[in-house]
Amino acid sequence: MTDVDRRGFLKTAMGAAVVSIAPGMFLFDMAHGGEAVSSRVRWGMLIDTASCTPGCNECVSACSRENGLSGGVAATDSQWIRKIEIKDISTGRAVSLPVMCQHCEHPPCVDVCPTAASFKRADGIVLVDRHLCIGCRYCMMACPYKARSFVHEPLQDQNPDVPRGKGTVEGCTLCVHRVDQGLKPACTEACPNQSILFGDLNDKTSEIAIKVRTVASTQVRADLRLNPGIRYQGL
Amino acid sequence: MKLIAIFLLCLCISSAWGATPYKLDIGRGGECVKDPQWMRKNHMHLLRHQRDEAVHQGLRDDKISLKNCIECHASLKDDSAIARDDSFCVACHRYEAVATDCFECHTGTRKSAWQKRNAK
Amino acid sequence: MPTLTSLRFKNRLYYVLLGLGGIVALAGMYAVHMMEHYGHIITGMNNQIVWGIPHVFAIFLVVAASGVLNVASIGSVFGKAIYKARAPLASLLSIAMLAGGLFVLMLDLGRPDRIIVAATHFNLTSVFAWNIVLYSGMFSLVAVYLWTMMEQRMNRWTTPAGFAVFAWRFILTTGTGLIFAFLTARQAYGSAMLPPMFIVLSFAWGLAVFHLVQTSIYAWNEKTLDPAIMGRKKNLLGVFIVASLYMVAAYHFTNLYFAHKIGFERFILRDGDLYPALFWGGYVVLGNLLPLLLIFLPGLGKTRCVITASMLVILGGFALLYVFIIGGQAYPLDIFPGYEASSSFADGQINAYHPSLYEFMLGFAGLAIAFMITTVSVRVLNFMPHDKPYIAD
Repeated sequence: MTDVDRRGFLKTAMGAAVVSIAPGMFLFDMAHGGEAVSSRVRWGMLIDTASCTPGCNECVSACSRENGLSGGVAATDSQWIRKIEIKDISTGRAVSLPVMCQHCEHPPCVDVCPTAASFKRADGIVLVDRHLCIGCRYCMMACPYKARSFVHEPLQDQNPDVPRGKGTVEGCTLCVHRVDQGLKPACTEACPNQSILFGDLNDKTSEIAIKVRTVASTQVRADLRLNPGIRYQGL
Repeated sequence: MKLIAIFLLCLCISSAWGATPYKLDIGRGGECVKDPQWMRKNHMHLLRHQRDEAVHQGLRDDKISLKNCIECHASLKDDSAIARDDSFCVACHRYEAVATDCFECHTGTRKSAWQKRNAK
Repeated sequence: MPTLTSLRFKNRLYYVLLGLGGIVALAGMYAVHMMEHYGHIITGMNNQIVWGIPHVFAIFLVVAASGVLNVASIGSVFGKAIYKARAPLASLLSIAMLAGGLFVLMLDLGRPDRIIVAATHFNLTSVFAWNIVLYSGMFSLVAVYLWTMMEQRMNRWTTPAGFAVFAWRFILTTGTGLIFAFLTARQAYGSAMLPPMFIVLSFAWGLAVFHLVQTSIYAWNEKTLDPAIMGRKKNLLGVFIVASLYMVAAYHFTNLYFAHKIGFERFILRDGDLYPALFWGGYVVLGNLLPLLLIFLPGLGKTRCVITASMLVILGGFALLYVFIIGGQAYPLDIFPGYEASSSFADGQINAYHPSLYEFMLGFAGLAIAFMITTVSVRVLNFMPHDKPYIAD
């Protein structure tokens, strides 16, 4: 190799290096649209079962509308939230309540996910990163609340804010796309009796924090010690 | 030998035929993040970076996001970046033979149009 | 001595068998293509029964793949000559079945195209992720083990490699059991009994598969297996069957003792229509009692009886896994203990499952792949057990 050749080669190599680093530098410099979510916040809900009307399905329809679910109830249809009617076997007391992802502090779905697609955001919202989900459905096996659904069919025309697709697992996102804009989840807004109270459990002055401090509330399957962010009153 | 030559020729012709680039429908177009040449080379890095930050940390960049790309680059005719062979994402990616996995989950429709359609 | 015509016939038979295996495997690929195109809607699986027939096949193959190595371990670790002669065949079967099982498991994923993500994103708390390491480690370890056995210059490394495989296979089956043992909320799973139960089950299933293959190879080569060897191995199978029956019984008895699991046990053992029938008829009677009779009853225990027993053990294994995996999901998950529940999402209901043909095609493709790997390897390499004229132990 002659000297001239070498110089030319080095130049090209340097050029290639700059080209391959440049986008990284740009990404590094990129301005962010706000602050990353932090664990100072813990989003949660308090659901008052006493005022939840049996047969009312408003929260469920609102969820379907917001997130682009079909609203169907076939065994292969996604249901992020559902109304469950329960009856105490020994006393006969009946209660109606909505159940969705309970956004646990120690979510079993996150523990079992092989690719870390199931994850808990710093502010307590449990999500599926659909870019990483391989569709193994282990989280559906692990969830004590049956809060997850698998997308069984190809989808079209999703809500631009709520991407969903075939072959991945999904569940209630606590309407994270709304929460990040400072809005409340769709079910909370849709409830005609205001039975669903949404807020920051860590903020001592928030309505929900005051409420959970003053009224008796329970977590579903509290025996599992998962510390869900969704609490129920009057259960 | 002749057979092989004919076979190869056929392959070349058919692939050249298949690769005829469409004239891109760039929608509204314009420069917003960086110049087009840079974007052609690097848009995937931006999208990927933004995607991980948005999903995991809630850092939703208004400018650098797939939604914003589509907002401008979706066709003005059908509000989509993927609906036709000459749509913004499709034409290029097909020419380069790179799959656009994004749209298995994300919609290719402009958000403003989608909202208008689903407002009722 | 084989005659020329018989050799020609065998040659043809070999390609026919390979072709048949290929067709079954191709049918499985077709099923995968359909599942990719239409989604899992074309299978019988749904949001309640999330794991179905493919998982029954895959878990059987993976568990049997580790169990068959037992034959090799008894040779290399415990130094028994007749098992040592069979260690290469056992290792081959292990690799073949592992490949078949993983084929089914991976292609049943919702996004099999993203399988590389499983290697690049690793969640340390996930037993599934551990299993990815365990499976790939098993492949390489068994391959090295085979190499030390089949390459004479490497023979002195056989014992350490055998020990490593012995340890690894225990950890691997433990990992398979833990997939279910770590499910805290489901009544059917979440039991520390499961890993040891899977290990003991693997002994029986692996040995049963080994018996079948060994007999076929002897028949192919027109050799007769020494009755003394057959006698010892059939007794071993008998012991394994008794042991696995014991583990399954212990698992169900512990469940019966816990009040919150009694409902599930009633469902599986008595009220669940198909599931009790499969459990008692398929697993207990066909898969255990009948093989035990065939093995131990005076006057029986000949080669044909042992082969039948082995086949029954395999069938029983499938029956047990069906009851365990699908029955376990069919019983409603108890979200509100002490309450009756009903909802649009099948809360409080027994979940129905109707497996589709595609699932079976995928499952059988896994078997076909294991079969093809075994058939080709046995033909091109020397996996026929070579017993010494005098067996010391």
